Amino acid sequence: MFRPVDVHHKVPDTIHHTNPETLMNTTHPTIRLLRTAAAAAALLGASIVVNAGEVEVLHYWTSGGEAKAAAALKATLQAKGHSWKDFAVAGGGGDSAMTVLKSRVVSGNAPAAAQIKGPSIQEWGAEGVLANLDDVAKANNWDALLPKVVSDVMKYKGNYVAVPVNVHRVNWLWANPEALKKANTKMPTSWDEFFVTAEALKKAGIIPVAHGGQNWQDFTTFESVALGVGGAEFYKKALVQLDPASLKGATMQKVLTTFKHVKDYTDKNAAGRDWNLATAMVIKGEAGMQLMGDWAKGEFIAAGKVPGKDFLCAAAPGTANAFTFNVDSFAMFKLKNTTNVQAQKDMAAAIMAPEFQETFNLNKGSIPVRLNMDMGKFDDCAKLSAKDFVSTAKSNTLVPSIAHGMAVSSAAEGAIKDVVSQFWNTDTMTAEQAMDRLVAAAKTK
Amino acid sequence: MPRLVLAPSFALAFVFIYGLIAWNGVLSFSASRILPNYEFVGWAQYATLFASERWSVALKNLAIFSSLFIGLGLGLGLLLAILLDQKIRVEGTLRTIYLYPMALSFIVTGTAWKWILNPGLGLEHLVQSWGWTSFSFDWLVNPDRAIYTVVIAGVWQSAGFVMALFLAGLRGIDDSIIKAAQIDGASLPRIYWRVIIPSLRPVFFSTLLVLAHISIKSFDLVMALTAGGPGFATDVPATFMYAMSFSRGQIGLGAASATVMLATVAAIVVPYLYSELRTRK
Repeated sequence: MFRPVDVHHKVPDTIHHTNPETLMNTTHPTIRLLRTAAAAAALLGASIVVNAGEVEVLHYWTSGGEAKAAAALKATLQAKGHSWKDFAVAGGGGDSAMTVLKSRVVSGNAPAAAQIKGPSIQEWGAEGVLANLDDVAKANNWDALLPKVVSDVMKYKGNYVAVPVNVHRVNWLWANPEALKKANTKMPTSWDEFFVTAEALKKAGIIPVAHGGQNWQDFTTFESVALGVGGAEFYKKALVQLDPASLKGATMQKVLTTFKHVKDYTDKNAAGRDWNLATAMVIKGEAGMQLMGDWAKGEFIAAGKVPGKDFLCAAAPGTANAFTFNVDSFAMFKLKNTTNVQAQKDMAAAIMAPEFQETFNLNKGSIPVRLNMDMGKFDDCAKLSAKDFVSTAKSNTLVPSIAHGMAVSSAAEGAIKDVVSQFWNTDTMTAEQAMDRLVAAAKTK
Repeated sequence: MPRLVLAPSFALAFVFIYGLIAWNGVLSFSASRILPNYEFVGWAQYATLFASERWSVALKNLAIFSSLFIGLGLGLGLLLAILLDQKIRVEGTLRTIYLYPMALSFIVTGTAWKWILNPGLGLEHLVQSWGWTSFSFDWLVNPDRAIYTVVIAGVWQSAGFVMALFLAGLRGIDDSIIKAAQIDGASLPRIYWRVIIPSLRPVFFSTLLVLAHISIKSFDLVMALTAGGPGFATDVPATFMYAMSFSRGQIGLGAASATVMLATVAAIVVPYLYSELRTRK
């Protein structure tokens, strides 16, 4: 490469030209050749990619199945001639990614797209930093391709500001069939059956429930218990509308007691364990069951396991007719550099296109958010998920996941998560005390 | 001339330290949520802060952690320094060994101790596999005891550093005082207690400041070791502030907690500093 010429270097030197004019006129032949080559390359480059932009994408898909899925989006974008600047921040729930995003936005240097979902999209929209995607939405007919419950979340004041990528179902129960066979028991369909199965697994020396002691995982288990014990209407009243009467009532007490009972069937080392390590326990047969969303399926698939044969999937006990959704989406930020705006719009359009929806979701373990897609290539668990997605939307039992930031603001969600996690971990806390704290936490602004 | 040279760095320090502290104070009186805004709300954030149970736990943990960390750190460091000062043969090697933990970052210390204290993987598992099957050391997963595991990891890391400081202090004591005391017939423990340790007062002062600042700052150790503990049992003000400001979109509350942390530290350090520097004169 060229060495930078230090024009301030005042040392008189017999090696270099002391007279600047002689330096300019006698251009070294190599420099002349390099100059022409550079000019030719620039022209060539300019003629091939007229509108090449760069999209900087902030996401937190860093585990096995997730990383493959993110690579599919990168490939789609690169095929269009744009470049993808990856900005991956590890941390399953996205906490670190959101922190980094805030500092970037405050400093005026927002990325082109960030993996934001749920009510946070509206919170960011209120700050006035999101880009309007209505032209892309109209051109590609998004309103017809998305269920209203989902498209409402993608809009701020009626305008599209984000594009959904997939639909995760949170209320799943995963199990290792060999472990179940060894314990001579079956997949539970209700919470009473769940504890029978858990007892059998415990007697057979297998850890009944693989759990990771992180507060979002405690909360994920809690919301499945709430949905299974209380039903979809109770879930909506208590955990979406945050109605104080539901948060303090008899149903909530039953939910809390059942929730605490699950802890007896987890192992002592659960504290701090990551979700994919808990899934690994089920894959290896050390544990029998796991209550986790369908991103766990991505782990099973990445480990080469076949659904139905090497692992079983079923709705969490008592929730077969309900669907807790977690829709990942990319919110698009207003960009200063207009060459990247076209790349950003191309990315939004590409995300909703059938090819990407299929490839991405095959790798991630979720189902396409685009309606009426051909589910032929998807496995049985995904087919069941897609079927339930449509049927629960019709029967109004399609509910947003509170544990995954789909239902309430992050402040309220965090406060409720603290109470739930504390109740899980503190043996001396009673259900009444927990309910009082839930009511207080629900008031957090 | 010296003032002119120092002026830029003084100006930078003034703006970036005190200026930003002032900005944080302003934010603590605002209704900032996901991004800063300047809508004035008076003491509302502080009211929410002190009504929060998690904050009470964090303050309590800070008090427990600081007092034990500083107390045990000083005591253990002083003991090691006195023992090493006895003109033993392998002093150089031992000194290096005790000082090595300081070379690790708190993240590494936290992660390593997390594995050691994990009931199913570490110490408890090891001792049980040796045959003592009723041994249990599950403090890490016990909400009431988890903060003490943070103390263990912290003291392990810092005791060597305290030892090094005290050793230097001990080496600086004039031999003639000790000889005079021995001629007067004082026993060795009495010499230590009455003569040597009081003359180490300046070292105590500087070590105390260093340890106090490490303990208030201990965000990375807590995050690596327990990530806030079972639930939020090992939450400390630093992790609380981080969670509120960055994860929960409650910047106003986080700023209020940071201001309270600053006030706590100032309330302790400023009078101590004043008294120490006054008696020096």
